[in-house]
Amino acid sequence: MSVPRYWRKQQNRYNLKGNRCETCGRYFYPPRAICPECRREGKIVDYEFSGNGTVRTFSVIRTASDDYDMQTPYGIAIIELEEGTCMTAQVICEPDELYIGMPVKRVFRKVVSEGDSGVIVYGTKFVPA
Amino acid sequence: MREVAVVGVGLTKFGERWDTSFRNLFVEAGAKAVEDAGMSGDQIDEMFVGNMSGGRFVLQEHIGALIADHAGLTKNHIPATRVEAACASGGLAFRQAYTTVASGIQDIVIAGGVEKMTDVGGSETTDALAGAADREWEGLAGATFPGLYAMIATDYMNRYGLTREQLAMVSVKNHRNGVHNPIAQYRKEITVEDVMRSTLVADPLRLLDCSPVTDGAAAVILCPMEMARKFTDTPVKVLASSQASDTISLHDRRDFSTLDASVAAGRRAFKQASLTPKDIGMVEVHDCFTIAELCAIEDLGFCVKGEAGKLTEDGQTAIGGSIPVNTSGGLKSCGHPVGATGIKQVCEIVSQLRGEAVGRQVDAEIGMTHNVGGTGATVVCNILGV
Repeated sequence: MSVPRYWRKQQNRYNLKGNRCETCGRYFYPPRAICPECRREGKIVDYEFSGNGTVRTFSVIRTASDDYDMQTPYGIAIIELEEGTCMTAQVICEPDELYIGMPVKRVFRKVVSEGDSGVIVYGTKFVPA
Repeated sequence: MREVAVVGVGLTKFGERWDTSFRNLFVEAGAKAVEDAGMSGDQIDEMFVGNMSGGRFVLQEHIGALIADHAGLTKNHIPATRVEAACASGGLAFRQAYTTVASGIQDIVIAGGVEKMTDVGGSETTDALAGAADREWEGLAGATFPGLYAMIATDYMNRYGLTREQLAMVSVKNHRNGVHNPIAQYRKEITVEDVMRSTLVADPLRLLDCSPVTDGAAAVILCPMEMARKFTDTPVKVLASSQASDTISLHDRRDFSTLDASVAAGRRAFKQASLTPKDIGMVEVHDCFTIAELCAIEDLGFCVKGEAGKLTEDGQTAIGGSIPVNTSGGLKSCGHPVGATGIKQVCEIVSQLRGEAVGRQVDAEIGMTHNVGGTGATVVCNILGV
């Protein structure tokens, strides 16, 4: 992906900044420009997530595209944040330690680097809480 | 709305087609469909081409015109449009052609799909396919496309007690069917043990749970039912064509093991055709991964949630069972040229309803197709009958 595309969402990726709709109370991560329930009636405000969550489902990636290949095998999960919204992220632990219902917390980590001399992308991963 | 019929079908051999190009794959399938309909290319009024990622796989965009040109259809300057919904691109092309004929805008429309996936390496293919889900918030986190379906499988197995062996039986059954399909990529039977011993791709899914990387094309010709007998003695009527959408990301779904877009598209199709799942004699579902076939069988209403593994184990989804699923071999054995799959499914139903599916023939008068884009963000269903 292009550099501006990483840069644009840097704060969201680094600090788990999403948003919420004040009208209906729903939380969004990744952030949304419009509330899918309230649409134009909704009022979207910024919100930084606590980063505490629970593994809802998971897999261990054994075969990945080139940029992620060095990291295999790695745990990937859908994590339900304590605010009630779900996101996809890596969980740093031994693959056989992962289980549904596992409590996790956010950490700031390198996500991927593009080749030997390309962009290094940082963001949020999770570790057992 | 006019009644619409399929009057011609054409397929290329699916597989690693080093010998032929993107454009010529489509031309081969299109020419076979025109010949099957006993018409001339000059009679075609419009064309829709389903293609997921010509831009990534062969660095080619502007595919509608390219295909029309090389199919010899630019002489009459017919409208030619490429449509895209990831792995549901073919289904989308069919539905566009259907609505175009049903609405009376055009009479004879060709709907096709094509994908040339083997001109790039495996890693690039994996990366391109990740674009079927949310590139920024799933792909960048490291979720591969098999990884997303693997997370569906983890959720499903945890909730419904599906066994790893039952998952493997989906693949075994589809390979058994594919042996009898002359265009199938893998005409080879496999065993549950073969699946269980194959390489882990994304736990719990193994290599033999996954549809392969495939080159191939498929095409069908639609016209108003009232014109159909001019072209063929065996027109197949389109009883319904429906489409539904859902969140692009798996993590935003209400239920990870239910594709709500499958439920919605299925219900719309049954309503349009005034039918129920009990009326369907066979179904081609989108088994991009073994778990996807089980979800599809349930989401379309052929059994209740959590029962599809047992249904498969009991042989009810095999040829001769109560609801034969994927007689073509499915995406697993027949192959999955992503843009072509939705059209190939229609071709299989037409072959079956005409009684031409040698070696894998089922006794059915009504068949259904189910084509998924991404992890269920787009679903197209069609019901066809004679």
